[in-house]
This record gives sequence, C-alpha cells and structure tokens, in this order.
Amino acid sequence: MYNPKVVDYFMHPRNAGKLDDANAIGEVGNPVCGDVMKIYLKVDEQSEVIEDIKFETFGCAAAIATSSMVTELAKGKTIAEALKISNKDVADALGGLPPIKLHCSLLAKEGIEAAVADFYMRRDGKLPDGMTPPQNTLACSCGNSCCSEESAAEEEEYIDPNNRVSD
Amino acid sequence: MFEADKKAIYLDNSATTKPDKKVVEAMLPYLTDFLGNPNSLHAWGQKAKAAVAEARQQVASLIGANATDIIFTGGGSEADNLAIKGAAWTLQGKGRHIITSAIEHHAVLDTVRWLGKQGFEFTILPVDKLGRVNPDDLDKAIRPDTILVSIMFGNNEIGTIEPIKELAQVCKKHNVLFHVDGVQAAGHINIDVKDLGIDMLTMAAHKMYGPKGIGALYVRRGVRLTPLVHGGGQEFGLRSGTENVASIVGFGKAAEIAKQRLANCEDKKLSVLRDYFIEKMEGLEEVRLTGARGDERLPFHTSFVVKYIEGEGMLLLLDACGVAASSGSACTSGSLEPSYVLLATGLDHATAHGSVRLTMSHETTKEDIDYVVENFAEIIAKLRAMSPFYKKNS
Repeated sequence: MYNPKVVDYFMHPRNAGKLDDANAIGEVGNPVCGDVMKIYLKVDEQSEVIEDIKFETFGCAAAIATSSMVTELAKGKTIAEALKISNKDVADALGGLPPIKLHCSLLAKEGIEAAVADFYMRRDGKLPDGMTPPQNTLACSCGNSCCSEESAAEEEEYIDPNNRVSD
Repeated sequence: MFEADKKAIYLDNSATTKPDKKVVEAMLPYLTDFLGNPNSLHAWGQKAKAAVAEARQQVASLIGANATDIIFTGGGSEADNLAIKGAAWTLQGKGRHIITSAIEHHAVLDTVRWLGKQGFEFTILPVDKLGRVNPDDLDKAIRPDTILVSIMFGNNEIGTIEPIKELAQVCKKHNVLFHVDGVQAAGHINIDVKDLGIDMLTMAAHKMYGPKGIGALYVRRGVRLTPLVHGGGQEFGLRSGTENVASIVGFGKAAEIAKQRLANCEDKKLSVLRDYFIEKMEGLEEVRLTGARGDERLPFHTSFVVKYIEGEGMLLLLDACGVAASSGSACTSGSLEPSYVLLATGLDHATAHGSVRLTMSHETTKEDIDYVVENFAEIIAKLRAMSPFYKKNS
C-alpha cells in the first residue's frame, strides 16, 4: 500500500514530539476524521528562520509520514519559504501517496500555515497584509462524509465505492 | 512472513483461516483424477456426486440439520444474498418489510438496503454498548407486513454473540422467517439450528479452516426461496451451476473437523486463552475491550480500542514484528469513516479510529499472546509519544 519511503518516515519519524521552547503552534485536522496534526515552530524573530520544528500527530501512517516530511522540508527555511511548500511537494518528497491518503499531505501544508499564522499573531498581533487566515484549525479538509453534510446524504447510496471491505 | 527464522503470528482469523492440511488433502483428488461432473451418469460423475452428498451430510451434521437442507453457494456473501433476496422475492405478496441490525456484515446490510430501493421497507435495530440486539426491540419492530428478520450469530468486528434463541422465539411468535448470518460463529461454537429455531443459517468454509469461495445456506424444510442463479437446477433448484466439487469436499472435511473439535471442547480451551489475552491487553494503559465477554463472545475473538492513537499505525507496526491483525479504523479501509459497528455500540469517532482486532486460531499459543502483548506495549508507547492527545501520567 505504501512505498518504502513513506514506511520509513512512519517507522522512523523525523522531528516527532513536543517542542518546549516553541514560539508558534499550529493545529489542524479533526479527531472525528482520524487526523489531527500539531506543528511546533521555533522561529527567530529577526531573521524569520525556522530554527527548530516538531510535530505531534494523531492519524494513520500517511499522516505521520507527511508530518515528518513537512517538518524536514521546513526546517532551516524562512517562514516565507516554508509557506511555499505545497501539499504536492510533501507527497512528491515521499515518493507519492495512495490517492485516498492525499488529504494527509494537505493537512501537513495546512499545519505549517497554521503555525506560521500563529507566529505572526503572537509577534505582530495580526497577519501580514495579503496573508489569508489559515483554515479553522479544527476543520477537516478530508471532504468525506464524516465532515460534510452533503456527502452524508450520499451515504444512503447502497454502493459506496469508497466503502470499506469487510470480512 | 515465509522466512523460517522470522516471527509469524497470524491473528486475523476473523478475516480468514489457514486451511487444515486434511482439508487440502481431501480436496486434491477432486482437482485432478476425480474430475467428474456430479450431474453425469457415468462412474466419474457418480464419484463426484457421492463426494458432494457426503460433504452435504458433514456440513449438516455440524449444525444439527438434515443434509437436504444444505445449499452450497459461492461463499458466505452469496448465501446471505440468497437468504434475504430469495425470501423477499418469494414473500413479497405477503409483505415487504425486513428487519436487521446495525452491526450486520455488509452482505446483509447492503442487500437489505438494495431491496429498500426495490420497494421494500426495512428497520435497522440498534445494539447496546456490547453490541447486543434486544429481543424486546425486535418484538416491537415486527409489523403485520414483516416477512424476514436477519440478525448475525457472532459479530466479526467485536466478537459479540447475539441472543439467537430469544430472537428466534420472537420471530416464531410473530410467524416471521429468521435468517442468521453465522459466518463467524459456525464451526467455532455449538450450533443446533433446530434447537435454536433458526430458519436459515449462512456459513463460510474459509472461516473454519476450509477453502475460500465456498459457503452454504441452511434452509429449514418448508421455507421457500427464489433463486438468485437460474440454470441447470443444481442445489435443489436454489443455486444452479455445476457444483464446485473440490471446494465442497473441502468444506465438508472442515465441518467434520470442526465438529470433532467442538466435541472435544476445544472452543472452551480457546476461550480460556482468549480471556488471558484480554486480561493482558486490559493491563495496558487505556486499552479497552470492545464487545461482550464470556459466553457472549466468540471464543477466538479479541478486539480493543487504544486511546490517543490510530489503528493503521498499530497494524503496520504489528506487521513489522510479524503479527497479523486488523482494525476498524478508517485508515485501514478505503473510507475515512471508522467502523459503523463500533459507532453503533456508542463509541465516538476518535476512539473508534483506535481500534484493533486480534483473532486467534486453534494453533495460537500462550507464548504467541505474550509476544504480541509485549510488542504491543512498545507500539502503543511509540505512537502515543507522537500523539497530540496523549498526556503522559507522571
């Protein structure tokens, strides 16, 4: 199901855990959907370089691997550079993700955005001009029936192509 | 998994079991020299016909049925479909209401929902925290136009055994057909269809150390069904198509062995090991059993929810140390929803995402369990160290 790189980043996660001297924290996802990602940043206030970064994630192997990868991609970058990391960058860096798991890479990108927004809010009391507020930190981006009423109605369909295979 | 020096502990026997050597041996001649079609008049045909008849008797004997009441199908799902659609189509003149439960297998739930699109109505009964259907709820749900009730014997995800005898009595009182999906239970606990009052019982060979792709439906004499498959009229006209002779023979052998094991009370011995396993797992921090206990639980079945972490990670890490398990977590399926069975027992989504199921076989040992629990403790610690929800008690 997962390529060896994803498995490696899950089995041996980089930058996992809490960051005690963080000066910005972003939390995205929703426990209902099974994914919550918390990104801790230690950013130099002058240079805006991410000096340290860690994550805590509740979620599947892909969620842990994307958290792990996005922290690695963002470390040492300025926050402006880190904001340019796309969900595709994260997925590509992992050598690809199964389609059903692509939302995990989106979560990783949004985790960085939320943490960077928190940095600005703490330092400046506001977001810089032109920066849109990050998604509501506990809103899920998975778009599945667990989160959208629209697709909950579709659940009535007797055949759900995304349905689990039971034994 | 196939390396001699590597641990390989298969604890996913609710998914499928390892075919018994004797089962495979019994099947082999029917894949080679005994090639006959049971419907042929010559010696080859008659050899195959006799083998199918013997297997039918063996399967019937496992559940206290008559051989002529056993219909071989292409598996458990087909048997469920035959029971439900077959009864619905036959009885639609009498009524068009069907009752089932919230924790049925998809082979039942989706069949009932499909009939719902064909003009039938259905009621889905809730279950309690342990996954049990209340016979009083069934009694209240039955209407004058109710034609069929379908409730499973033992649940695949949480191992709970339903109060089948009481449910059957309610059905009998209202003169409504009672179908039981016995896929997880048959061969693992004593079942006597006549004593329990079951009208139709689904079985699958591969859940009782037999081959995949072969199942059976017990249909009590007098119950009329409309077939799903029309053709040559095999299986008393209820399942046309040349018999899958080798698999039927394998199923018969598996049923015979299962009956012998039950006579030796091996189910009781396995349930002692199960309870040891449960006790060990519950000794880990914030690990909870799902489903019922004791006689209300399948003897080979354990299932848990582990707080603060998600099921898929547990499965991958268990797999890495040679242990096969499964989970009702969303991430292990194609969907993002956690198991509807766990949700039906009242668990919240986040907890249900942390589910894990470990189902034993008669080959499982205490040493296996100790190895699994030891590794599980480390796996939980590793995943919780990364979890934003877990606050270490110190």
